[in-house]
This record gives sequence, structure tokens and C-alpha cells, in this order.
Amino acid sequence: MIRRVLSHTFFYIILLAMAAFYLLPIYLMLLTSVKPFNQVDLKTMWALPINGLHIENFIAGYKQLAPNINNSLMMVIPEALLSSLLGSLNGYLLAKWKFRGSNLVFTLILFGMFIPYQSILIPLVKFMQAIKLYGDIPGLILVHIIYGIPITTLIFRNYYAGIETEILEAGKIDGAGLMGLYRYIMLPLSAPSFAVVIIWQFTQAWNEFLFAVILTNQSHWPVTVALNNLAGSQLVQWNVLMAATLLAALPTLLVYLFLGRYFLRGLMAGALKG
Amino acid sequence: MFRKFTLRVPVLCLALVLIIVGAVCVVVLEKTQLIIAGKNITSIAILLCGLVFYAGIVLIISMFENETMLSIALLLPSMVAVAIFVYGFIGWSIRVSLTQWKGLNPNYAWAGLKQYYLLFNNNPRFVIDVRNTGMFTVGFILGCLIIGLGLAILLDQKLKGEALFRGIFLFPMSISFIASGVVWGWLMNPATGNRITGLNLIFQKLGLDSLISLWHSTPQPWGMAFTVLPAVWQLSGFTMALYMGGMRSISDDLREAARVDGASEFQIYQYIILPLLQPVTLSAVIILAHMSLKIFDLIVALGNKAISLDVPGIYMWTTTFDGTNYAQGAAIGVLMLISVAVLVIPYLINNMRTETQL
Repeated sequence: MIRRVLSHTFFYIILLAMAAFYLLPIYLMLLTSVKPFNQVDLKTMWALPINGLHIENFIAGYKQLAPNINNSLMMVIPEALLSSLLGSLNGYLLAKWKFRGSNLVFTLILFGMFIPYQSILIPLVKFMQAIKLYGDIPGLILVHIIYGIPITTLIFRNYYAGIETEILEAGKIDGAGLMGLYRYIMLPLSAPSFAVVIIWQFTQAWNEFLFAVILTNQSHWPVTVALNNLAGSQLVQWNVLMAATLLAALPTLLVYLFLGRYFLRGLMAGALKG
Repeated sequence: MFRKFTLRVPVLCLALVLIIVGAVCVVVLEKTQLIIAGKNITSIAILLCGLVFYAGIVLIISMFENETMLSIALLLPSMVAVAIFVYGFIGWSIRVSLTQWKGLNPNYAWAGLKQYYLLFNNNPRFVIDVRNTGMFTVGFILGCLIIGLGLAILLDQKLKGEALFRGIFLFPMSISFIASGVVWGWLMNPATGNRITGLNLIFQKLGLDSLISLWHSTPQPWGMAFTVLPAVWQLSGFTMALYMGGMRSISDDLREAARVDGASEFQIYQYIILPLLQPVTLSAVIILAHMSLKIFDLIVALGNKAISLDVPGIYMWTTTFDGTNYAQGAAIGVLMLISVAVLVIPYLINNMRTETQL
């Protein structure tokens, strides 16, 4: 019994220490972002703010990033919705209507998820310029949807593979065809999977940097590019920068806080069968 | 193949309408520009009209009652998109890497393997890149595996507050590498003396002066090892989640049986759980390694493109888009692809084989 108490105390000490390590950067962000500029000093970096909290840093940070947050939202929302629809259709077909070579097709699609995008960047830029979608948000949406096909297809396919084929057989006897079965049986069952994919694509596109920095021009920068630029400029006060960083991370943090369960499932799907 | 064909007049009519409308719109849009709210979306509109046209064709195919054909027809748009944007573009990149294209105007004059030769011979920057990537990959994978497994075992002890701890360890995953790089860049401030700050300041206050470090400004090759810290901060929770999933699939009966046989808790992990977790470790290594081979944004935010912290992803970017040396940029991209492919293709093939057996 005593051994058990001792070992549990020991475990808790390690867990608390690790939790401190994970929370430290967020703590610093929060702390700095509510200090007035005259208290943002290297030496008192870890001291608590004196004379109350300064929320105006968030207003200043928001002013810096507002157009970019708007750009990100305009990109991420249609992107997440459309790519989940596409992934759902692909996943259904590849899980329940296998044809000769469908596993090969699936594997070939899946490979697209792992490639370093630097290996397709030059053709992509030239192609987007040729079809006049370079520099703006619609082009970025298209690119995210296309390179999102592998992961969205994977998540839906794994989900649909877990649904009993007997349900489909019953529907077939009632005279439903391939699309009828999808519309009346599969889609109504897909809500959890849609949640996983929409959340996953939302987070991915929100946090993505490479496509964003290469494919958009300055007035259409999403928030990651703008934040990186802000951090490199040296002209911005630290407290405002930290507030801005927090704002830029807020949407995905909120999604994680409230919908973490679905977020985790998307994460695990990325490891194929884990 | 066409044994059955059921003519359904309303479906046929709808199909014909879609085909005609789609085709007409494509032809019209080809000749004009569609600009909505200041955005030129002609190409997207053409794509959508093409899809309308294709929907008509799919409707006609659906009347053949050949489900395999319909399934392939419905998959085709995605297959074509991936074929062009992944495989077509990879082929195009390889082609560019075999040219001497330098400058903004495409120049497809054949240069053979010259670009690769230039990277591997007398290119000090590429040497740094390879060394940095190796350093980062080893540190990142080891860090994530050790911390991830450790945390998973701790949370496996059925302690109170498990859900809370799990949530804390996982949340950095939801933050972008850019945001993480900005904050960690501040935490790992290398300033010393009376400008000491960040983690170093905490160490000084705690009297742990020996831990004070120059972080990622440490002379290479060891400076790169510190860039692993934010990456591990972000992805060790993910590794932990993978291990927890693996542990949950090990039945409690197995542990109970071992306990009955007199095994200590430590021995249960040593002889039963860890060996059963090997496939999870393999998955984790492949996922983490492919991430670290293409690491880019974190280093951009942390190192601000400093040469000492250069990685191939950044080299490709600056060479291509700042230096307009397209051929060399393409060669770097292709080399990155090869390094990832060597790792991922066997994994994918293995995955496909086990799927087929099911």
C-alpha cells in the first residue's frame, strides 16, 4: 500500500513537471500579451503584470492581423466543407464498391499525403499562373482541396469500412443503387466522420505555411504568413506580437478545446491504421 | 459489360441538360473573364462547368446499372486531380531538375544530372542541409518516442486526472509551426549577461547555471539539436496518443495472466507490452521521419533563414524563388521526395498488402 502511494506520488510529480513544460509557452504568451509595453523587459519576462491587465494589446494585435485572419477564414471554411464532401464520396466508393485495382488506386492517392510539397512547387506555381489563379485566395482553396484528397479519402474510407455491409445489402434489396445507398444510408451515418474531416482540414489549412507564402501575394496573405512577417520585422512590440500570436492560434486552439475528441481521431487516421 | 440498360427518360433529359449547359458555359467562359468581388475566378468557373458536364455523363453511365463502371466514373475527377497535381507535377519537377533553367524565363535545355552533381560536389550549403536534417531527424524521432512512450505509460497507470493531462500533452499539436516557432524563439533567447532572458533567466534564478545555453545559436552542428525542442513539444503528445491507442488494444486478460504468474508491473511492460507495441513504434517512426525530412515552417519561424540552421526545404525555397535558379530548386525538391519515398513507399505497399488480405 505504501509502495503504491509512493509510486503514485512519483508519477504525479513527473506528470506535473511535464505539464509545466507543455504549458510554459502558452503561459508566457498569455503573460506577455497582457503587459503594457513599459513592463515588457527582458529581465522581468516572467514577472506578473503590475497595475492590471492590458487587453489593448489584443486590439493592437488584431489590427495588425485582421485582414489576414479574414483571408484565412475565407480560405479555410469553403476548403474544409468542399474537401469533406469530396473525401466522403471517394471514401465510400473505395470502401464499399471495390473494383479490380481499387486498392492500388487508393495507395497511389495516399502517397500524395506524404510528398514534400517542395517537389511539386515549381510546376504548381507555373500552373497556377497559367490558369490565372496565382496570388489570390480561390487558387489557394483549390490547391488545399486537391492536396487534401488523400487524407480526407483515408479518414472516410476507414470510417465507412467499419460500417456493416449488411446494411447496404438491405438497401439494395429495397432497390437502391450506388448513389441511392450513399444518399439514404451512408450520408446520414457520416456525421461523426464529417466532424473529424472538417476539423482536420480546418486546422491543417489554417496552420499551413508553404503554399500560403508561395501562392498568395501580400494583400491576400493568410494569417501564418502575416504572423511570420510580423515576428521578423523587429518593429512590433513584444507584447503586441504575443497577443497577435495568440490570436492567430486561437481558432485552432478553440477547436481543440471544444472538439478535441474529433481532432484526435483525425490525428490518428494520419498514421494509417496506427 | 452493357448487359443491362434501363432507359429512364427524366434522367436522360436531366443528363442532356447538364451536358449542354456545362459545355456551353465552358466554351463561353473560355472566351471571357469572370471576375467576382475583384477576384478572377474564370478557371474555377470553368472547372465547375466541366464538372456539371461530367455529372451529365455520369448520369448516363448510371443507367447502365454497372456499378463498377459507375464507381470508377465517380472516382475519376479525384483520380485525375491527384494524377496531375501529384504525379504529373513530380514528373515535371524531375524534368526541370534535368535542365539549366536559371532566371525567370523557362529554359528546358537539357543538362543531364548536372544540378545533382553541383549539389553533391563542392556545395557547402547542401552539406550543412544534409547534416542539419540528419541531426534534426534523429533528435526529433528519439525525443518524441521516448517522451511519448513515457507519457503513455504514466497515463496507463489509471491515475486521477488522466484526461486533463492527456489534453495538456496534446494541445500543442493544434498550433501552427509558425506560432510555435515565434514563441520558442523567444523562450530560447541566447542573450547572456545582463540581457539574459527566456528559459536561461529561469535557469539562472533557480541556480541551475549549468543549464544556461545558447540554444539554437550554439555553434553547429549542435545548435540544430535545439530546434528539436519545439518540434518535440508539438508532436510528443501525438506519439503518446499513438502509444495509448496501441496499449488500449492489448487485452487486460494478458496483463492479468502475467500478474497471476507473478510478474511485476515492470516485467509486464518489459516482456509483454513493449514487444506488442513494436508496430506502433514503426508507424510513429515513419510518420515522424517523413515530417522531419520535410521540416520547413518551424525552422523559418525560429531561424529566420539563417544559414547555420538551413534545411533542404528552405534551400529549395530561397534558391527557386529568391535566386530564380529553378533547375537547382527542382533538384533539391526531387531529392527531398526521394528521401521521403524510400521511407514511405515500403510502408504503403505493406499497408496495401494487409488490406487486400482482409
